[in-house]
Amino acid sequence: MKRWVMTMLALVVVMPALGATPVRIGSKQFTESVILGEVARLSAREAGIDVRHRRELGGTSILWSALLHGDIDAYPEYTGTLTHELLKNVAPDADIPTLRAALRPLGIGITDSLGFNDTYAIGMRDDQAAQLGIRSISDLVAHPELRFGFSNEFMDRADGWPGLRQRYGLPQKQVRGLDHALSYRALSSNAADAIDLYSTDAEIPYYHLRTLDDDKHYFPHYDAVFLYRLQLEQTNPAFVDVLKHLSGRIHEDAMRQMNALVKLQGEKETVVAAGFLGVQPDSDGTGLWSRLLQRTLEHLRLVLISLTAAVLLAVPLGVFSARSRRLGHVIMAGSGVLQTIPSLAMFVFMIPFFGIGTWPAIAALFLYSLLPIVRNTYAGLMGIAPDLRESAAALGLPRGVRLRRVELPMAIRSILAGVKTAAVINVGTATLGALIGAGGYGQPIVTGIRLDDTGLILEGAIPAALMALLVQGLFEGVERWLTPRGMRIEARQ
Amino acid sequence: MSTTSNASPEAFELHGVCKRYGGVVALDQVSLGFPAGSATALIGSSGSGKSTLLRMLIGLEWPEQGWVKVDGRVLEPAHVLELRRRVGYVIQEGGLFPHLTALGNLGLLPYHLGWSRDRIRARAEELATLAHLPQSALERYPAELSGGQRQRVALMRGLMLNPGALLLDEPLGALDPIVRHELQDELKHIFDQLGKTVIVVTHDVAEAAWFADRIVLMRQGKVVQDGRLEDLRQHPVDPFVTQFVEAQRTLRERTA
Repeated sequence: MKRWVMTMLALVVVMPALGATPVRIGSKQFTESVILGEVARLSAREAGIDVRHRRELGGTSILWSALLHGDIDAYPEYTGTLTHELLKNVAPDADIPTLRAALRPLGIGITDSLGFNDTYAIGMRDDQAAQLGIRSISDLVAHPELRFGFSNEFMDRADGWPGLRQRYGLPQKQVRGLDHALSYRALSSNAADAIDLYSTDAEIPYYHLRTLDDDKHYFPHYDAVFLYRLQLEQTNPAFVDVLKHLSGRIHEDAMRQMNALVKLQGEKETVVAAGFLGVQPDSDGTGLWSRLLQRTLEHLRLVLISLTAAVLLAVPLGVFSARSRRLGHVIMAGSGVLQTIPSLAMFVFMIPFFGIGTWPAIAALFLYSLLPIVRNTYAGLMGIAPDLRESAAALGLPRGVRLRRVELPMAIRSILAGVKTAAVINVGTATLGALIGAGGYGQPIVTGIRLDDTGLILEGAIPAALMALLVQGLFEGVERWLTPRGMRIEARQ
Repeated sequence: MSTTSNASPEAFELHGVCKRYGGVVALDQVSLGFPAGSATALIGSSGSGKSTLLRMLIGLEWPEQGWVKVDGRVLEPAHVLELRRRVGYVIQEGGLFPHLTALGNLGLLPYHLGWSRDRIRARAEELATLAHLPQSALERYPAELSGGQRQRVALMRGLMLNPGALLLDEPLGALDPIVRHELQDELKHIFDQLGKTVIVVTHDVAEAAWFADRIVLMRQGKVVQDGRLEDLRQHPVDPFVTQFVEAQRTLRERTA
């Protein structure tokens, strides 16, 4: 029985590592990036290249470091992000050849512009703008009564509202911070007259908005490009050709249209990208059951590996803690501090060490599992009556034998309770792993939140809850199985 | 711990032993010898240091001053495991491990030392006969045994390797009077039969006198008197001796 369990464990761990490595495309956790990733994947597939798309890996910093470390081979990026966030010593208005030269030493290549500029823009309702005769941002100067509702990020960034006001000398006093998702509704319900938006937002045509002309060229260019590892030019030149071939092909209207199909019509990114390319969408494992199976395996893998590793370390740590009071304090404090790190932060901290995907998630879950197991091992051992502990010593058994044959069996219940707690917490926390590409039940949750799709969120949340219950039940069984019968019966007088 | 005559006839020997717990003196300049094959009872009220003395003989406590000799050799941490295997040690309530059956408790040390299961069972059955324990009780867990049976198993566990000495710390302290009386008889019988060095810690004068000719009365970490019960009664070295012996006798007479 135990051997069988070990074999299963080994399979779950090893299986995904087998097989040749395909090209890996990454995308950020917003719709446009996912669509661009799908466009690249489908184009490469048409060219007969084995390619995977790791969707919704989180924010810029995660994708960038994943590309640098070779965890992914390519991802869609914007020139403005490169000049403002990622590269130092580059002029804010650097053109693509300049960026290409700056990226080369890093081993990163860049395509030409895909054909659209997704930059900040200021938008107004088309009818109101027409009525006031506003076409460009400069025109706003003559209308100080207008109310602005800007996203919090735009309000704070030096290259956001503060700089914009200065450049154009805007006189407006009524400026409020808004959540970006709400700002369109604020605008359409007349709660604001102008908002910041991205020039390819799907909502622009939907809400009949006008984007004002940036006539003083304040906003930097955010031309969409693909970044890729230069190494691919040797190892997979066909794929690089595919990416280069995409440049100049996606115009702003087309991108806005694709965003709208996904965000407003609920189409799948794959279908939309295939429609744009004029190719057949592939199934991409879209059957609910096969999808569920794959996510279950991914999720189990996260939980099982992290938990096993945690048991292997935490039980000895608990034993040491019980043996030496001072060491115990240090170990308890250390694992307690780990517990206070917010889970998202913990996942991100792990990226420099483990890249993206399964391993950083496993590392984070492993660290979270330590405290409950260490603490319960310690409590279990300290709960043994001193005269029993001493009886074992008085028999003349060496320390190791005492621990193995007497103390651990008597503490097993408490230890298992700790492992159970860690396992249940892990099943829940592992859903956040999707943000760094670990897959699992978190994947539909992340996508569901992005698309505001409750069904999709439940597709992840319900199995995760079921798995937590199952784990709980399983451990209660194991507890009964491993607790010696003599420990379960009440003493007779 | 053999009973044959060695260089030293003393199985255990303490010399100028002191021990303190925090500010409390547990043992204060105690010097005592326990000849091989003799039976001794240590008596005194709680906190008198009698248990500490017993624990010191198998290295569960270590003296701050003075030394302890076992079989003529000064006790050191390096020898302590080997020594403990030559001494049976039985505590109040038995100290049986709840996760193991009676047989599992008996076999724990022998199994570690490489005894076969058959040999362990044969020895356990032999001792069960000696200790009047039903054979069927060997398969039971401590929680399924009565208090008296638990104490018998604890004694058997102490005897598994046929040690030269038995140290018993209030072995009958947790039993009801009837079982206690019965076990006193049996223990006495076993001690006489086996001829081992026996040291019993008790606070009951009558029990002490029943088990051993020699009684050592302790108070506040010091030996007050060392002799036969008759000596304690008729030639007390200190009013405390009389007080201690009388207190218990009076109680006994009143209840009788």
